[in-house]
Amino acid sequence: MSQPRLMQGNEACVEGALEAGLQFFAGYPITPSTEIAEMLAERLPRAGGVFIQMEDEIASMAAVIGASLAGMRAMTATSGPGFSLKQENLGYAALTETPCVVVNVQRVGPSTGMPTSPAQGDVMQSRWGTHGDHPVVVLSPSSVMETYVLTAKAFAVADELRVPVILLTDEITGHMRERVVLPDPGTLPRPHRPLEGAAPPDIPPMVHFGEGRRVLVTGLYRDSTGFWSESPEEADRLVRRLAGKVESRQEQLTMVDRWHLDDAQVVVVAYGCVARSAQRAMRLARERGHRVGMLRLACLWPFPGHEIEALAERADRIVVPEMNLGQMVGEVERAVRGRCKVIGYSRVDTELIRPEELLPVLEGV
Amino acid sequence: MEEMRFLRREHLPHIWCVGCGHGIVLGAVIRAMDRAGVDQDRTVVVSGIGCSSRAVGYLNMDALHTTHGRALAFATGVKLARPDLRVAVLAGDGDLAAIGGNHLIHAARRNIGITTVCFNNGIYGMTSGQYSPLTPAGYRTTTSPFGHLERDFDLCRLVQAAGATYVARSTVYHVHQTVTYVERALAHDGFSFVEVFSPCPTYFGRHNRMGDPVTMMKWLHDSAVQAGQAARMTPEELRGRVVLGEFHRTTEVPEYARSYREMIARLAEGGDQGAR
Ligand SMILES: Cc1ncc(C[n+]2csc(CCOP(=O)(O)OP(=O)(O)O)c2C)c(N)n1
Repeated sequence: MSQPRLMQGNEACVEGALEAGLQFFAGYPITPSTEIAEMLAERLPRAGGVFIQMEDEIASMAAVIGASLAGMRAMTATSGPGFSLKQENLGYAALTETPCVVVNVQRVGPSTGMPTSPAQGDVMQSRWGTHGDHPVVVLSPSSVMETYVLTAKAFAVADELRVPVILLTDEITGHMRERVVLPDPGTLPRPHRPLEGAAPPDIPPMVHFGEGRRVLVTGLYRDSTGFWSESPEEADRLVRRLAGKVESRQEQLTMVDRWHLDDAQVVVVAYGCVARSAQRAMRLARERGHRVGMLRLACLWPFPGHEIEALAERADRIVVPEMNLGQMVGEVERAVRGRCKVIGYSRVDTELIRPEELLPVLEGV
Repeated sequence: MEEMRFLRREHLPHIWCVGCGHGIVLGAVIRAMDRAGVDQDRTVVVSGIGCSSRAVGYLNMDALHTTHGRALAFATGVKLARPDLRVAVLAGDGDLAAIGGNHLIHAARRNIGITTVCFNNGIYGMTSGQYSPLTPAGYRTTTSPFGHLERDFDLCRLVQAAGATYVARSTVYHVHQTVTYVERALAHDGFSFVEVFSPCPTYFGRHNRMGDPVTMMKWLHDSAVQAGQAARMTPEELRGRVVLGEFHRTTEVPEYARSYREMIARLAEGGDQGAR
């Protein structure tokens, strides 16, 4: 085992990415994500990889896709305004099935707001930010150690399913320092892209530029040969297959922590930095004799609706605290379908939700 | 006819209108590729969105048809990941000079080894005839119905000032000249840029009383001036004329992707150890 280290969330992201085999990073500076770019500017060329600071976030996203199609494992990192700028090309990655990882260290919005305070306002943007129906996987860590693990996982999922994966972290998780013990180098399974003969039926094998295959990659709808197509049947087949690729693997992609759900009358559902406060609030409430449990989400999209449905059968109340005006709570309500009470708890004053303020909500006072 | 191997002939006919110059530009590109000895298994052509950007779909090699304006940013990722591959961008004037203008000047500034051919029809063809940054003042488009008030870019001067190391301009009327310039651009090690005037009778022509292809061709012929001749003309005489020629060619600036590889090699040898 490696030695314990004091590490920042953004630093753990860099370590996780390098351990997963990151070879290419393109970005544009924006707080609170910049440490990722700065560290990779130094680490990547030393490891034989490529770092480039592009002229903006649109270009960064484009360069990442280009590098990925040319065979490199590629990533970009940004925050709020920059994440908005990446959306069009994120859709391009989804349509062209180009593996890549996009880190969004969330800050407040809309616009510049009160830079660079924390928020969780990009939950829906991470799912629906680009136009059109599209597949996407969104992972959200709650600790420094988990930032490491989920960054590496993001590459594994991106490669395996040929989708863009978003690591949705936040200013608190990104800048917080915690003691971590990283696994020994080389112990994580290496990500791999589906190759000819070994690809599942719904994911085409990956062919890279320069292999003599003369591939056409296009953002237009395409037929089975890969050439652009205006056939309604082909369009329907493509859009459904792309969405189905992720939907049909929902269980495999479910990443949750379940705490005290067996006896819970009240369940708190939380993710990201807020999950830490929520966990503490749950403990305090239990010490005071309340049957409170918690479901922590590490994979936000695809949304683990089946987990929520199971809760709705047993619990009286589900509480969803978020640093936004209520984005995930709507998704929880959709899964609950009126079978129990769903209560949102919002904070948008740039301050982290504290355990003490959640306590009365959990205890139903 | 050797150059025909560069086309995906099964996907012809192309989408371009009768009288459109884009097919002539594509024809010049494949002849230039043939002459420059391009290996079609080691070349990636990249484009944006527009009538012109469809060109890469007809090329029988790795092709990346991207989003509007972003071809050069995608191509930068490809070139940095695989500096051993030849990378070329084929796109329209709107794509490269309006929405993609920032990527154009930055690619030029880096002197990254990408050959860019700008299909300049002075208009947005794909969206049916709005003005572009290359629409000359006074001309009519669907969004300048009373005559265009803005001045057009001199794209070659812009790209040269930004740092491009090979810069030339031609037209589809001057097709041999175009082939020569594209061939030299392909052979150039660094950011090379060729602007090719390409007529759009359907939109540009129709709105400016040049609706038939022959009139537009004649217009290209009549407005073109070779650089040598232009040097002897007054600004008055040059008004409304298009200067053709090779404006800039230098091998003194290092190509960016190679510089990056050299830095990696230096670091691997333990260079820059003390630097922090
Ligand atoms: C982000 C975005 N904005 C606008 C468009 C619509 N659009 C498609 S092509 C085009 C301009 C095409 O003009 P040009 O690049 O000069 O190429 P041409 O069609 O004339 O060859 C526009 C505005 C788009 N596809 N994407």
